[in-house]
Amino acid sequence: MHSPFTNFAAALVLALSATAFAINVEAAASDPILAGFAESAKASTPGFTGFSAERGKRLFLSKQTSGKPETPSCTTCHGNSPQSRGQTRADKPIEPMALSHTPNRYSDPKKVAKWFRRNCKSVLGRECTALEKGDFITFMATQ
Amino acid sequence: MKPILFALVLLAAGSSVSTAGADERFPPITNKTVLQECGDCHMAFQPQFLPKRSWVKMMAGLSDHFGEDASLDVAQVKEIEAYLTANAADVSRFREGRKMLRRVDSKWTPLRISELPRFRHEHDDRDVKRMLDRLKVKTMAACQACHRGATQGYFDDD
Repeated sequence: MHSPFTNFAAALVLALSATAFAINVEAAASDPILAGFAESAKASTPGFTGFSAERGKRLFLSKQTSGKPETPSCTTCHGNSPQSRGQTRADKPIEPMALSHTPNRYSDPKKVAKWFRRNCKSVLGRECTALEKGDFITFMATQ
Repeated sequence: MKPILFALVLLAAGSSVSTAGADERFPPITNKTVLQECGDCHMAFQPQFLPKRSWVKMMAGLSDHFGEDASLDVAQVKEIEAYLTANAADVSRFREGRKMLRRVDSKWTPLRISELPRFRHEHDDRDVKRMLDRLKVKTMAACQACHRGATQGYFDDD
């Protein structure tokens, strides 16, 4: 039998995930790029319930071995903090990844496609999935 | 570089644009796509720095561009390659290009400007190394760190 506490905890988890999902759906609805990724993710990911800022954060900070040795992580060029500027390997500044610092960063579909394509191939050695791209932008939108 | 020249370089580096003579002047890039796409990650280097064959090879290998994927769509590759090859060191009427090709064997297709004998000669200097250290320049691709007028085509040190 469930104690009142576990019932409460379960309800809380449900309520929180529902809220998180609602936020994601809302964000996706107001952002056509994110909405596009959500549509693809729904089609390709069984049990997809929305993007996760936490997963996006993990992807951003992760160290990879499948890509080019010069770029083992997003942070190689972007730095560890999305709020700070990064630097290309050829010494050019990169505006912060956080949406609050660079509001127009994820608004041009061509640019978004170009940089995900290039940088996922550099870091991961493959294109990113729609789920990864959606998680990434969702994380940056919380920063 | 002699000490007095070095001092003058420092002076020039202090002003926003080097006003040195036209001796080592490369014409500034005029193609917007080249400026934008080549300039995303590094200074857009003037095409007069490398021979035509180098630019052809460079544009054919963008998916592994010095350790990064720098791929572009086909139309952009075409436009950029056309501009770079039409203004390459061995094609351009600017004599700086011809100077860059000194002691470059025609069988060699250099991809790094910093490997050209002329570049190495100009930068193989204790004062240059001291300046790179002082300004914490981490790559020779960052011309503008010392040559403040680099994007306008000024690389003079006198």
